[in-house]
Amino acid sequence: MLDDKDRIFKNLYNTGDFGLEGAKKRGGWDGTKAIIEKGRDGIINEMKVSGQRGRGGAGFPTGLKWSFMPKESKDGRPSYLVVNADESEPGTCKDREIMRHDPHLLIEGCLIAGFAMGAVAGYIYVRGEFIRERQRLQAAIDQAYEARLIGKNNIHGYDFELYVHHGAGAYICGEETALLESLEGKKGQPRLKPPFPANVGLYGCPTTVNNVETIAQVPDIMRRGAAWFSSIGRPNNTGTKLYCISGHVEKPCTVEDAMGTPLRELIERHAGGVRGGWDNLLAVIPGGSSMPIVPAAQCDPLQMDFDGCAAVKSSLGTAAIIVMDKSTDIIRAMARISYFYKHESCGQCTPCREGMGWIWRLLTRMTEGRARKEEIDLLFNVTKQIEGHTICAFGEGAVWPVQGLLRHFRPEIEKRIDEYTARAGSAHVHVHEAAE
Amino acid sequence: MANRRLAPPEKQPDSFAFTKENLDWAKVLIARYPEDRQQSAVIPLLWRAQEQHHGWLPQKAIENVAQMLGMAYIRVLEVATFYTMFLLSPVGKKAHVQVCGTTPCMLRGSDGIIKACKDRIHHDPFHVSVDGNFSWEEVECLGACVNAPMVLIWNDTYEDLTPENFNKVLDGFAEGNPPKPGPQVDRQFSAPVGGATTLKTVKA
Repeated sequence: MLDDKDRIFKNLYNTGDFGLEGAKKRGGWDGTKAIIEKGRDGIINEMKVSGQRGRGGAGFPTGLKWSFMPKESKDGRPSYLVVNADESEPGTCKDREIMRHDPHLLIEGCLIAGFAMGAVAGYIYVRGEFIRERQRLQAAIDQAYEARLIGKNNIHGYDFELYVHHGAGAYICGEETALLESLEGKKGQPRLKPPFPANVGLYGCPTTVNNVETIAQVPDIMRRGAAWFSSIGRPNNTGTKLYCISGHVEKPCTVEDAMGTPLRELIERHAGGVRGGWDNLLAVIPGGSSMPIVPAAQCDPLQMDFDGCAAVKSSLGTAAIIVMDKSTDIIRAMARISYFYKHESCGQCTPCREGMGWIWRLLTRMTEGRARKEEIDLLFNVTKQIEGHTICAFGEGAVWPVQGLLRHFRPEIEKRIDEYTARAGSAHVHVHEAAE
Repeated sequence: MANRRLAPPEKQPDSFAFTKENLDWAKVLIARYPEDRQQSAVIPLLWRAQEQHHGWLPQKAIENVAQMLGMAYIRVLEVATFYTMFLLSPVGKKAHVQVCGTTPCMLRGSDGIIKACKDRIHHDPFHVSVDGNFSWEEVECLGACVNAPMVLIWNDTYEDLTPENFNKVLDGFAEGNPPKPGPQVDRQFSAPVGGATTLKTVKA
């Protein structure tokens, strides 16, 4: 298990003070000026060496992403940092803890990241439902301005404004270009890429969008050094990670541990084990609801990192572990996820807007068994017509869980159809008998 | 997508105006965005209007915000109907309960919380209870999955619910004395019940 001294989020459970005093006591805002003095290339290089990959789901290397930003503005357009705090992926509740319990890590990270990419300002886009979280974050930002840690003529020698913005309940705004649309005051409908945000982002200016956890880890990476960060986990999967363990475990929790910690160890050490014991496990969704389900047989051993999850045809995503024991109606659980995606489709691309409704209705009937077996193939076909045919990755995220269900639990669906048919068949006979 | 419409004319108020306090706040807010980009303030302004107007957003408020930001009415209407936190019809006076029903909450028993809402408030979502004090809806993941099942009432979340402690939460709102937000069981935020397994050797 990760040593306590290697943990970044020391106030994860709010046992201390969320504010500036508490943050400084935990080592925050220490030597920030010296970090800035390493220069843009120095910081970006350190981030590259640390091997940190984005914590928002896609896992893109952070240093590389920052290096796409223009070195200087040739046409007078400013650059922006946008922090994606639209945490909405079912199962995921890690950024919430950072914003309400350790917001100064995020603020300091914004200053360093903003400097490294030459941004004049940062906007933190918080999901609308996180009302208290956004108030906390704003209070911490006010403290940072007051202490001249950020803003004009701050003590770190790099002018940087930081603002909190919020949404109003749209999952799609977690997609970076939809987020930018929303931040510009429009419906959150994703943009075509290219142009990529690093060239044409917020207000048509160069922009980088990073996840909260990604940015909040930056000050510690810079302070303790890339070598420290990359010594945790394994190559290509370095550092620490916040895991959210929900569903059928004895003690659901959010916890910080090393990348690559085995799934079983996470569940048994921190979450009190699977309800009814490990043998009662049916399946796990390892990375938030968009990621394919992993059946129990593949859960041990499963290393919880990018490569570990890819090896079982799933993905680390946000490291939101949704545990399901053998009492779970797996078809209904997936039908409910499909309802989520039907509800949250932005409506821009026809395959997704219409297809998600088809999938949800098919799965709802299959939950009862009220379907024909050919319709299982039809369902798969519909997922294939959405996947790869939409502007953004919502289409993939919405159909992968269904494909995962079909890959691992097709016999379950067939069994339910058989049971329903048998019941309906005998009912049919009774009707005939009555008629005679 | 969700199909969302404005409340019928008979439910709409004749006018809407921001309070002086909210207008002052709006000025500061709009200044956060670059020149000519005041449209960015549309979501926060609509949200403030909803807060001011008993928890739901009337047509006049949408028109008002359009005027303030120099936007076409249709652009603001699009935003108001796209984002599902904007409630377009009247809600309960004491509490509008937003129950998370997405899979992580469903696995932990949100069915029981929804049933409690049906039994106690109204059979159907978005209908105000007979006394006018309560309404409810099922919402999509609210991002407190390790504290499932949970609800959001106004600004606060109530977590780790059972039908029993959820009814106590509603009792609190009915009496005008809401309980402490957060976990409704003995638990330190998102730490495991019974105490954290980490961070024992460092002081926060």
